Amino acid sequence: MAPPEVAGRNGQALLQLRDVHASYGPIRALHGVSVSVPSGSIVALLGANGAGKTTTLRAVSGMVKTQGRISFDGRDITNGRPEEVARLGIAHVPSGRGTMTQLTVWENLQMGAYMRRDRGAIKRDFDRVTGYFPWIRERRQQVAVTLSGGEQQMLAIGRALMMRPRLLLLDEPSLGLAPLIVRQIFEIIATINREEKLSTLVVEQNANLALKIAAHAYVLEVGRIVLEGSASELARHESVRKSYLGD
Amino acid sequence: MDLLLAGFSFTALIQQIVSGAGAGAVYATLALALVLIYRAMDVANFAQGEMAMFSTYIAYALVGGDFGLVGAKLGFNGVHLGVAGAFWIGSIVAVVASFGLGILIERVLIRPFEGAPLLTLVIVTLGLFSMVNGLAGFNWGYVFKTFCCPFPQSAVNVGGVSFNYTDLGIIGVTMIILAAMALFFRYTKLGLAMRAASLYPESSRLVGVRTSWMLALGWGLSAAVGAVSGILVAPVVFLDPNMMQSVLLFAFAAAVLGGIESPLGAVVGALLIGILLAVVGTYVPGGENLRTPFALLIIVVVLLVRPAGLLGRPETRRV
Repeated sequence: MAPPEVAGRNGQALLQLRDVHASYGPIRALHGVSVSVPSGSIVALLGANGAGKTTTLRAVSGMVKTQGRISFDGRDITNGRPEEVARLGIAHVPSGRGTMTQLTVWENLQMGAYMRRDRGAIKRDFDRVTGYFPWIRERRQQVAVTLSGGEQQMLAIGRALMMRPRLLLLDEPSLGLAPLIVRQIFEIIATINREEKLSTLVVEQNANLALKIAAHAYVLEVGRIVLEGSASELARHESVRKSYLGD
Repeated sequence: MDLLLAGFSFTALIQQIVSGAGAGAVYATLALALVLIYRAMDVANFAQGEMAMFSTYIAYALVGGDFGLVGAKLGFNGVHLGVAGAFWIGSIVAVVASFGLGILIERVLIRPFEGAPLLTLVIVTLGLFSMVNGLAGFNWGYVFKTFCCPFPQSAVNVGGVSFNYTDLGIIGVTMIILAAMALFFRYTKLGLAMRAASLYPESSRLVGVRTSWMLALGWGLSAAVGAVSGILVAPVVFLDPNMMQSVLLFAFAAAVLGGIESPLGAVVGALLIGILLAVVGTYVPGGENLRTPFALLIIVVVLLVRPAGLLGRPETRRV
C-alpha cells in the first residue's frame, strides 16, 4: 500500500512536472514528461541509460533548457537558475555525486549549510547526519578525494541533508558501487524518508532496489514516460520485470 | 670570476638581499592580486598592474587634490584631505573604492564572457590594460608625479647592513595581506564558498552558491590587493601611467615561480625574484639591464621544469 498523498500548499503535489521538454542543443532529450512527487513520499524514476532520467532532474534544477511547466510547492520554477532552485529547498545530489574532492569532509558538509545562518541548528544537523553516517565524525578533517565511492555518495547525501531541504533529488545513487554498499545506501534513504518525511525523487537503473523503497514509480524510455504506478504494481508488471528487474 | 668577485664583501651581499626582499615584497602584493583572479577563473589578468596604477591615482588625487582633467573641468581640483595621516586615509579610501571598481569591471566586462574560451578572456584583460592606461594618461598626463610616503624615509643600521623603513613597511604590509587572505579562505564561510565556486561550480550552485557573484567578489578583492601594491610602489618609482608594467612582469614571474594558485607561493616566489634580481643587478656586469630578461627566463624555466611552481599542487583539477 502506498502511503496516502499529502497535498502541497495548493492541493498539488510538492513537485510537479507537466509536459516537460528538454534538449541539449539540437539533441532533444525529453519529449513531454509529466511526473509528480507528493509531499513526504519517495518516487522512483526508472529507465535504461540515456532514457532521460538525469535530464529530468537537471530540468528541475534549471541545468538544462526546458519547455513545459515545472512547479515546486505551487511556484513555477521552470528554467530557474540552479542556485535559486536550491534556495527554494531542493537538494540535488548529481550523478557522480558532485564531491568537492579537494575540500575536507567537514568543508563539504559546511557547503551544504551555505545558505543557512542558524549556527545552532547547523550543529544539530551535523549530529543528525553523523547519526546516519557515523564514520563521518572521525574523518571530518580528511580530504574528500581519499574517500571510497560509497563514502562519497554518503557524503553527498549528507551535504544535501545539511541544506535542510524540502525535496531531495538523487541521481543514480548506486552508480559504480558494490551491491552491499548500494543496499546500505538505499536503506538509509528509506530511513531518512521515514524519520523526516523528506520528499525524495530518486533516479535509478537498479529498479529492484528503487521499487523496494519507493511508493510510486515512473518508467522512462527515450524521453517519454511509458509506465507509471505504485511501486508494488510496477514490481509485478511484466514488462518492467523483463526489462529492468532481470527476470 | 676574479673580475666578478673583486671587491666582494659579505656585508654588501646581505645588503643586496635585504633590499632585494624589499623590492620583492612589492611584486608579492601584485602577485597576490593575480593569484586571487587566477584562482577564481583560471585567467592571468594582464590588466592587474594598470588597475593597481589607476587605484594609486585615486589615492594620489584624494591626498593631494589633483583630480586631473576631470577635476579641472568640474572644478574640484585642490579639494583634498588636509589632515594628519592624509596619506593613509586617502590610501584606505582608494583601496575600498578599488574593491568596488573591481566588482564593477567584472560585472560589466567579464560577466558577458562567462563560459567563453580562456583566450577570449585574456584578450579582454589586454583590452582592459590599454583602456585603463589610456584613461589615466588622458586624465593625469604621462608626467611623473610624486606620491609619498607611507613610511619614514630613513633606515636603521644593524651590523653594517641598513634596513630602511620603506622596505620593512612594505614587507610588513605584504605579510599582513598574506595572512588575511589565508585566514579568509581557510576559516570563513565566504572564503570557503569562493574556493568551492571556482573548483566545483556545478556542485556549488546546487547548494545555493551564487557562483557568478563569487567571481565578482574575487575581482573586487583582487583590485583591492592590487591597489595596495600600487600605493606601495608609487613612492619608490614615482607615479605615472606606466609605473606598474615592469612590476607586473616581475609579479607574473613570482606567481609562476611560487605556483600561481598558491598565495604563499606567490609571496615566496616574489621575495626570491626580488633577491635574485638585486644580486644579478649587482654582481653581473651590466646586470641592471638584464633584470627584465632574467624575469622572463625564470618564467620560461619554471614552466618547463615545474609548471605547478614551487608550492603549487601539480594539476589535479578538472577531474
